[in-house]
Amino acid sequence: MSTTYLEAIREGLWEEMERDPNVFLLGEDIGVYGGAFKVTAGFIEHFGEKRVVDTPISEAAIVGAAIGAGFMGLRPVAEMQFADFISCGFDQIVNFAAKCRYRWNAPVPIVVRAPSGGGIHGGPYHSQNPEMWFVKTPGLKVVAPSTAYDAKGLIKSAIRDNDPVIFFEHKGLYRRIKEDLPTGDYTVPIGKAKVVREGTDLSIVTYGAMVWVALEVADKLAEEGASVEVVDLRTLLPLDRETVCESVKKTSKVLMVHEDTRTAGMAGELAISITETVFEYLDGPILRVTAPDTPVPYSPPLEDAFLPNADKVIEKARWLWKY
Amino acid sequence: MSAVHATRPGKRTKDTEAPDPQAELAHKCLYYMTLMREVEDRIERKLYRQGKIVGGVYVGRGQEAIPVGTALLAGPDDVLFPCHRDMAVFFIRGVPLGRIFAQYMGRVDGLTRGREGNMHMGDLKLNLVSIVSALAATVPVAAGAAMALRYQGKDGVAFSYFGDGSTSRGDWHEGVNLATVQKAPVIFICNNNQYAYSTPLNLQMACANVADRGPAYNMPAEIVDGNDVFAVYEATKRALDHARSGKGPYLLECKTFRMTGHSAHDAAHYVPAGMFDEWGKLDPIVRLQARMLENGWATQEELDAVRARIRQEIDEAVAWAEKSPYPDPSTLLEDVYESQ
Repeated sequence: MSTTYLEAIREGLWEEMERDPNVFLLGEDIGVYGGAFKVTAGFIEHFGEKRVVDTPISEAAIVGAAIGAGFMGLRPVAEMQFADFISCGFDQIVNFAAKCRYRWNAPVPIVVRAPSGGGIHGGPYHSQNPEMWFVKTPGLKVVAPSTAYDAKGLIKSAIRDNDPVIFFEHKGLYRRIKEDLPTGDYTVPIGKAKVVREGTDLSIVTYGAMVWVALEVADKLAEEGASVEVVDLRTLLPLDRETVCESVKKTSKVLMVHEDTRTAGMAGELAISITETVFEYLDGPILRVTAPDTPVPYSPPLEDAFLPNADKVIEKARWLWKY
Repeated sequence: MSAVHATRPGKRTKDTEAPDPQAELAHKCLYYMTLMREVEDRIERKLYRQGKIVGGVYVGRGQEAIPVGTALLAGPDDVLFPCHRDMAVFFIRGVPLGRIFAQYMGRVDGLTRGREGNMHMGDLKLNLVSIVSALAATVPVAAGAAMALRYQGKDGVAFSYFGDGSTSRGDWHEGVNLATVQKAPVIFICNNNQYAYSTPLNLQMACANVADRGPAYNMPAEIVDGNDVFAVYEATKRALDHARSGKGPYLLECKTFRMTGHSAHDAAHYVPAGMFDEWGKLDPIVRLQARMLENGWATQEELDAVRARIRQEIDEAVAWAEKSPYPDPSTLLEDVYESQ
């Protein structure tokens, strides 16, 4: 039976809670209501209110309490209702959770789930992709799965990890994609990118919902004779620069795509990594397709103009292929 | 420098009589309060001025009764979140003195191996959690630790320490709100020393007391003479009884005064003339000593001996810390993650 991206996250959480009594959930409306997106529907009935804690609207307290419970040996999974609200818990994440191990050898084994991304007409406060705020913070791990398989495997790895993990789950993928998942326990390692489509002429490096855009572009360009490789970063910190550079060595051309805004986005960071390590393999400029440097607008024509899509990506990809 | 070391029998009127528990407690308090005063004097007035401590220095001079009167009641399952003017909590919890000096001097034997300075230190094995500079940030963390202790079926209570200034912050309110909604076993211990850096209370809050914030959270709050270690101790007992019995958090507002600037580089010119003199008369160590003499719990010679013994301990600890090496720069990249 096919499993959606959302169900995959739910299964991962459920199985980890069954496996380890130290795992518990806290967040806004996650218990009785089952979460704004129903990821945790049915959890409070099964695991009880001690392990599925409905909190006040209080992101700093949610993250802070997760840290404190983590110190005591528990493995908290905190839900931000929308990734956009994670800024309310920002200090707890970047100044507390991220630095404890380095400062005083105190592990912070927490997961902060952050439903992110646009395309759902959510407007400026229900659509953002704030991953780079955290990618700039040593001590955090940042993951952004694109498939149901990876979503389940990465949420399990995140829960078992002894460092704080920010888990960006793309709202636009929740019910849009599904696949058959293996039965039984499996994990996906944090810190490993994946070549999701092999190619020889051009690499598209991306993550999250844009992986599906890249695959669509690869299909279309294949009809024109181009062999496009697609690299799904999956983890944004620690960043798997090696897999990206290996792909560049193979194809000599690279296009970066992200739904996040342009300036100081992942594309810029990877571009410098590529020039530092595999410059001599390049056979064309490093290019990017990203959202522009604006807030995420609400009205459909504006949001469509904001988001990268297959039409925008294929234009750049074709140009680079022919360069 | 351990609690065992500090415990001295109270004065006995006859050799066969059991020691007076009050006298015993007084001796223990005096030891830790004097130790804190002397250690911080050494740090601020000597090591810092000698350039042996290069970073910021913040002391709790005049506030020693608060960490001592509270932390002496902490059991092994309790988890403590000392603030930057609560040095004695570390001594009571059993952190060796030499490691404290090494911490301030940026040496490898400090609690943070040179990654942090001053009171930014902790040790999870001792259930001691480090502050961060944005001080109220530990308040929600304490709430979560308390929720975890209850979930684990333990008897422990979280001791959340902060100053009056912290109560202006959003995360203070968020943490207190979550803790009270959850009826989590936390005691909130405020050292109200009347200044947040240079900002006096009336520019921090519109209410007269930090304790006035308690009723908004349906939380019992008590105003305590923070310069009377016995008063702090007794109030802490009440707070702990409340929290341990499942009734939720309890707020202690310990009124005191910061007998120093915010930090070693701050001469506190903004404090009105006379306030240091006025509060100096209420020095918690002097008051405790007077009480001990008055009750016949100690002689002047015994009191003098405490200070002399402590100074010797400090000399030895500083010498030990100065022998500790600086961290090797090759370790810079270590411990960002577990796997590194």
